Amino acid sequence: MFDLFAKVFGRDDASKEVAKERLRLVLVHDRASLSPQALEDLKNDLLKVISEYMDIDDQGFRVDFSRHDDAMALVANIPIRSVKRKSL
Amino acid sequence: MGEAIVITSGKGGVGKTTTTANIGAGLAKQGKKVALIDADIGLRNLDVVMGLENRIVYDLVDVVEGFAKLKHALIKDKRFENLYLLPAAQTRDKTAVSPEQMRDLVGQMKEEFDYVLIDSPAGIEQGFKNAVAGADKALVVATPEVSSVRDADRIIGLLEAQEKHRPFLIINRIRASMVKKGDMMDIDDMIEILAIELLGVVPEDEAIVVSTNRGEPAVLNLQSKAGEAYRNIVRRLEGEEVPMMKLEDESRFMYKLRKMMGFKG
Ligand SMILES: Nc1ncnc2c1ncn2[C@@H]1O[C@H](COP(=O)(O)OP(=O)(O)O)[C@@H](O)[C@H]1O
Ligand SMILES: [Mg+2]
Repeated sequence: MFDLFAKVFGRDDASKEVAKERLRLVLVHDRASLSPQALEDLKNDLLKVISEYMDIDDQGFRVDFSRHDDAMALVANIPIRSVKRKSL
Repeated sequence: MGEAIVITSGKGGVGKTTTTANIGAGLAKQGKKVALIDADIGLRNLDVVMGLENRIVYDLVDVVEGFAKLKHALIKDKRFENLYLLPAAQTRDKTAVSPEQMRDLVGQMKEEFDYVLIDSPAGIEQGFKNAVAGADKALVVATPEVSSVRDADRIIGLLEAQEKHRPFLIINRIRASMVKKGDMMDIDDMIEILAIELLGVVPEDEAIVVSTNRGEPAVLNLQSKAGEAYRNIVRRLEGEEVPMMKLEDESRFMYKLRKMMGFKG
């Protein structure tokens, strides 16, 4: 009821929504026992491996957790400059 | 054979000690034989919340080290003769006791008491491990704040990893007026995030401060909303189905109270 009330009066900015969103993110890291630093390490490792095959734009390279309904996914966005030609 | 219940949270200052004292007094009022263990070694507090600080002779560490007999260290409550407190040592630290020793002690106490309630210290280190070691059931106390919910989540993870009984949640210090404005997480938000079973919701209540001042648990105060919430929790622990108390706006509650007492307006 109050939820509806809050929505009707456009209180999506209510601080509890901010709290929930922040908690969701922080808990993903906590539960995966992956600190922001560990995520950064993972990103660098990924970058190294993929670079052996492709020339990637490391500025635009992103790795993040993302929520799809009830499931969590690790989503990487990897802009490619060019694919390396395999030498025979 | 009684049941041992640990009251824990991760974060400090969210209401573990208050909850232990109130559930303990509430169960005792129902005629159960209850022992409270203050496992917060070095930061003894349950004694003052219970109003028993003047009666301490021996403590938990004295018993574990064999310096005192359990029956000599247990302090009898002022109000209920079936309620006892085993105080924490004040001048020692958590390493004075091991989880194995706690398991033995709690096991021994369960033979004599219907309930053994263990007040856990904050943190996830040895003090926490000591507190949960002998427990059959865990109650996780959390307030509707980001840091508290986050720490509760950690604790729940640790408890589940130990394959303990699935922990139950007690939400403390909820404020209906703030929930209504959307400025405080509500019960559903917290259950959704923490994904454990809810045992009770205790509102923010000045009566808690007053009762702590006096050393008289609010559960015995029939006027207190928090007291009512704790009475409900006690009944649920006893296996009764009690619907969740409707949270009222404090201002509305005061209005009703005034009306009840015959004031106009
Ligand atoms: N429902 C409540 N309403 C008002 N004050 C509360 C409530 N619960 C706890 N408090 C207060 O919060 C403080 C911390 O509570 P305490 O039980 O000592 O927490 P912990 O044992 O988790 O550190 C105390 O001063 C207590 O009186
Ligand atoms: Mg405490």
